[in-house]
Amino acid sequence: MTSKGNRFANLYLIAVFAVLYAPIVYLMVYSFNSGGTMHGFDGFTLEWYEEVFADTRLLIIVLNTFVIALLSSAISTILGVIGALAIRQVRRRQPRNTLLSLNNVLIVSPDVIIGASFLILFTMIGIRLGFTSVLLSHIAFSVPIVVLMVLPKLQEMSSTLIDAARDLGASSWDVLTKVVLPYIKPGIFAGFFMALTYSLDDFAVTFFVTGNGFSTLSVEIYSRARQGVSLSINALSTLLFLFTVLLVIGYYFINNRNPRTTLRSTDGEAAKR
Amino acid sequence: MAVRSRNFYLVPYLLWIALFVIAPIVLIVYYSFFDVEGNFTFDNYAKFFTPVYLRMTLNSFWYALLITFFSLLVAYPTAYLLTKTKHKQLWLLLIILPSWINLLLKTYAFIGLFGTYGFTNAVLDTLGFGRHQILFTDFSFVFVSVYIFIPFMVLPIFNALEEMNPTLIYAARDLGASGWTTFRRVVFPLTISGVTSGCQAVFIPALSLFMITRLIAGNRVITLGTAIEQHFLVTQDWGMGATIAVFLIIAMAVTMLFTGNREVRTKR
Repeated sequence: MTSKGNRFANLYLIAVFAVLYAPIVYLMVYSFNSGGTMHGFDGFTLEWYEEVFADTRLLIIVLNTFVIALLSSAISTILGVIGALAIRQVRRRQPRNTLLSLNNVLIVSPDVIIGASFLILFTMIGIRLGFTSVLLSHIAFSVPIVVLMVLPKLQEMSSTLIDAARDLGASSWDVLTKVVLPYIKPGIFAGFFMALTYSLDDFAVTFFVTGNGFSTLSVEIYSRARQGVSLSINALSTLLFLFTVLLVIGYYFINNRNPRTTLRSTDGEAAKR
Repeated sequence: MAVRSRNFYLVPYLLWIALFVIAPIVLIVYYSFFDVEGNFTFDNYAKFFTPVYLRMTLNSFWYALLITFFSLLVAYPTAYLLTKTKHKQLWLLLIILPSWINLLLKTYAFIGLFGTYGFTNAVLDTLGFGRHQILFTDFSFVFVSVYIFIPFMVLPIFNALEEMNPTLIYAARDLGASGWTTFRRVVFPLTISGVTSGCQAVFIPALSLFMITRLIAGNRVITLGTAIEQHFLVTQDWGMGATIAVFLIIAMAVTMLFTGNREVRTKR
C-alpha cells in the first residue's frame, strides 16, 4: 500500500505543480520567440526585451507602479503600526473587537466593491483621479494588512517589559522607540512586504480609481491583453517574475533571520539586567 | 489615567477607519437610492428583482460555487500530500509563489495556452481529439479561476492539517479504523476550520471576479463583479452599480456568518 500510495501521491503533486507553473513557463518561453505569437516557436530572439526597454511609455508606467508601491507601503506601514498600537491600548473587549472587525472589512471586501466605493468617495471629496487617488487607495487597503501583521507581535510582548522600562525612568517616547518598536520589528517588516506585494499586484481597485492619464502595470497589461497577444508583455512578465522571486527570497531571508536576532538580543538584554 | 493620555494613537487610525471603511460603505448605500439623473428613487432595487438581474445573480452564485468546489477538490489532497513530504515548508512556498505573480500575467498566459493554436489544442490535436474552442467557454472561465484560487485554498487547509495532533490518527488506526474511515471520521472533521476559511477566501472573490470574465470568458459569463464594473465604468449608471454592490456586500456578510467568520487569514 505504501509504495503504491506514495507513487500516486507523488504523481498527483507533480501534476498540480505542473499545472501551477505551466502558464508562467509558457509565458517565459514565448518571450524569446521570434515568431511574434504565443504558438509555434520560430526561433530565439531578444527583440521583445529590446522593445520593452525602448518603450518609454511602458517604462514610465513601471516607474509609476514602483513609486506607488513603495510610497503606499511605507505610509501604510506607519499608519498600520499606529493602528496596532491603538488597538492594543484599548483594554475593554467590546470596543476592541469592533475595531478589529472594522479593520478587517477591507481585507474581506471584494476588490470591485473597494474600487467602486473609493471611486464614489474620491469624486465626492473632489480628488482628481490619477496618481493621488491611486496612492490613497493603495494606502487604504494596505493599512489593515499591516495591522494584522504587527498586532500578534505586540500581543506576544509581555507588558512587564514596558513596566520595567518605565520603572527605570524611560519616557513614553523612549519606551516606544527603544522597547516596543525593536520588539515588533519583524512584524513591521512582514507588514511592509505584504503591503508592497498587495500594491504591486493590485488590478481591480486601481482600475476603478485610475482615471485617464495615469496607469499602473496591471492596468496597462489588461488594456494590452484585451487587444490581443503581444510578446513584449511576455518579456515584461519574465522580468516581473524574476523580480517577484527576488522579493520572495528577500522576504524569507528577513523573516527567517529577524526573529532569531531579536530573540537573542532581548535575551541578552534580559540577562544583563 | 495614563492609558487615557496615550490614546492619541487612536486618532489617525480612527480617521482612516472613518474615511476608508465607513464612508465608502455609507456612500455605496447612499448612491443605490439615486438614478442616472440624480433623483432619489427605489427603482434600482425594483430593477434588481427583475428576472434579468436575478438570473445574473443566480448565475454568479452558481459559478462561484463551482469554482469553490473544484478548488477544494484539488486543494485538499494537495495540502494533505504536502504535509507528508519532506521539506514541506519549501513545497508550500512553491505552491504559494505563483499567487504572488501578477494576476493579469497569469490570465494573459492562458490566452496563449488555450488559444486556437495554443499549447492545449496542439496536445489535443496530436492525441487525435482535434482542435476545439477552449477560450471564451465556461470551462476556461472555471479552470482559470480555480487555477488562480488554489493557493488560497491550500494554505488554510495546510495550516489546519499541521495543527492537528498526529497521535489522534495513530489512535484511530490502533482502534481498527481503515485509512478511509480515519480520514472521514478524524482528519476531515478536525480540519473543517481550514476548509471553511479556504472556501470563504475563494467564494467571495469568485462572486466578484470581473477581469477574468472579460479576458477569458469573453463576456459570456457575467458575474456580480462584472455587472458592477459595467455599471460604474461603462454605462456610468452608478446608482444601479451601487445597488448590485449592496447585494454583493449582503452576500458577503451572509457567507461570513455561514462560514463562522473565524480568524481572518490574508487573501493570498
